[in-house]
Amino acid sequence: MSAAPLLELRNLSTHYVSARGTRVVRAVDEVSLTLEAGSTLGIVGESGSGKSTLALTILRLLPPAAHITGGEILFEGDDLRTKSDVEMRRIRGKRIAMILQDPMASLNPLFTVGDQVAEPLRVHEGVGRAGAWSRAKDLLKSVRISAPESRVGEYPHQMSGGMRQRIVGAIAISCAPRLLIADEPTTSLDLTIQAQYLNLLRDLQRQHELALIFITHNLGIVAKMCDQVAVMYAGRLVEWGPVTRIFDAPAHPYTQALLGSIPRMGADARERLTAIEGQPPDLAAPPSGCAFHPRCPHVMAQCREQAPPETVLAPRHTTRCWLSVPAPAR
Amino acid sequence: MNGSRAATLPIARRLSSFRSDGFPMIPVSILALLIFVAVFANVLAPHDPEVGSLGERFRPPVWQQGGSEKFLLGSDHLGRDVLSRLIFGARVSIVVGFTAVLVAGVLGTGLGILSGYLGGWVDQVIMRLTDAWLALPALTFAIFLAAVVGPSEMNIVIILGSVYWTRYARVIRGEVLSLKERDFVRLAIVAGCSKRTIMKRHILPNVLNSAIVLGTLMLGVVVVTEAALSFLGVGVPPPKPAWGLMLADGKKGMMAGYWWLTVLPGCCIMFMVLSANLLGDWLRVKLDPQLRQL
Repeated sequence: MSAAPLLELRNLSTHYVSARGTRVVRAVDEVSLTLEAGSTLGIVGESGSGKSTLALTILRLLPPAAHITGGEILFEGDDLRTKSDVEMRRIRGKRIAMILQDPMASLNPLFTVGDQVAEPLRVHEGVGRAGAWSRAKDLLKSVRISAPESRVGEYPHQMSGGMRQRIVGAIAISCAPRLLIADEPTTSLDLTIQAQYLNLLRDLQRQHELALIFITHNLGIVAKMCDQVAVMYAGRLVEWGPVTRIFDAPAHPYTQALLGSIPRMGADARERLTAIEGQPPDLAAPPSGCAFHPRCPHVMAQCREQAPPETVLAPRHTTRCWLSVPAPAR
Repeated sequence: MNGSRAATLPIARRLSSFRSDGFPMIPVSILALLIFVAVFANVLAPHDPEVGSLGERFRPPVWQQGGSEKFLLGSDHLGRDVLSRLIFGARVSIVVGFTAVLVAGVLGTGLGILSGYLGGWVDQVIMRLTDAWLALPALTFAIFLAAVVGPSEMNIVIILGSVYWTRYARVIRGEVLSLKERDFVRLAIVAGCSKRTIMKRHILPNVLNSAIVLGTLMLGVVVVTEAALSFLGVGVPPPKPAWGLMLADGKKGMMAGYWWLTVLPGCCIMFMVLSANLLGDWLRVKLDPQLRQL
């Protein structure tokens, strides 16, 4: 813990600006967190809360309308915001890899699996075709694909969804990255395959001392996989901390509501699941003060007027809620 | 409903099977025959196509009265053998047709990929250029260009290529726009591939199917345009045997009953264009849905 963290975000903001500059959507707003090598961070939040934008911001792959408006992205001590496009390209795939949502669409239908697993090696390490091909076989073996010798020469349509997703995983780890960002990697897989895939990712993480950022809205996956959770709401990080602390004692009302909305084994069957009242806010016209206040059961007058500051509850556990701010400062 | 009606109408059934299912045997054989004839023109042609004897002008084909074994399909106003000219004309049509389609295809596909993938001002410039290009009537534009650079086989290829690239550019750009949103392209970006690598390795192979279909369909258009240019005297220069040129030479004799001078080259053009179009239609049906499914 004494060494510098692998990834540190400091007050990072990404805004989408409409063509005429009249509408601004704060997709990511003043997000700060740190991630150590080899640990796993889960980012949870409902659709449109800025999870994917945060991931794309780290990789600097935002669409043209989005701009990083402030903050720092420190990766291995360097600010990625100051890197040139060419330098970023060397980082992508080699130092930071990413797994996309849909494994069915992530592979080019016209190339063999081996070619695609070998591609990052050839791009980043200049490995020749034959060398890359034999490395591809090892990689397929490491993602537990049986008979990799014959599978390397096959095309994506000859594989099942679970295999394709494992191949995407093999592509991601091919250059031994330090950080792997997985954007809802299991949503299109069925449950048994999901569990297998998560185990695989965890094993790969242990073997390669990989830091993992897991974007999901499945709290079960977070509980199983992650060391830390970051809960996002309307572009803001409303709570960030170790999984055990947050699941046992969530500080933010939104986190409490999220945890209250999942069914539990052994709970009283007559007890109804609590739903979160209301709709997620329109990010182009967010509510005043705390963005969660219209839906918050503990809303106070202050919440409507002023956005709460980031409060440190414990080392590496922060939240943004007036309830957590010590009384004199309110 | 449809099925039972087709069953009662054998002609309808045969027409529908002729259009989409099954390998288009007839068009492919015709094209193969033309290519064979073009390649072996020297061996197959009984006479020199450019030299005739004025003493043997306007000989009718062998089956008509006055025809002789020497000129199987008759002779023209300079006493040149029509069969030999048709055979060498196939060579001109094939060479000009294929190379012009290739020139247009390479130019149009390249610009279409750049336009679609890079977007922004590159896209704007290329697409406005295509719009302006498409606003010009193709044949008139080709005649204008031919008048500027002068007639020769090489120039015809360049002219046809630079007139017809726009069609590829439009179609390919559209394909690229949807392709570049596909996850495998995004994965390649995330994996740190440069734009050039992505266009070369991920986009180009995926649009090749469309380019080939379009090329086959364009073959017919290009062959007709080449014939039209030659007919109008701005295409292949005269002593060379081109089908369009033969039509132009023969049209004066049509009223005098020398039908073979116009009908035969006309049939050659028609069969080649028809075959190319039928093959193109079949390829389009055959290749497209598979590409979408994968």
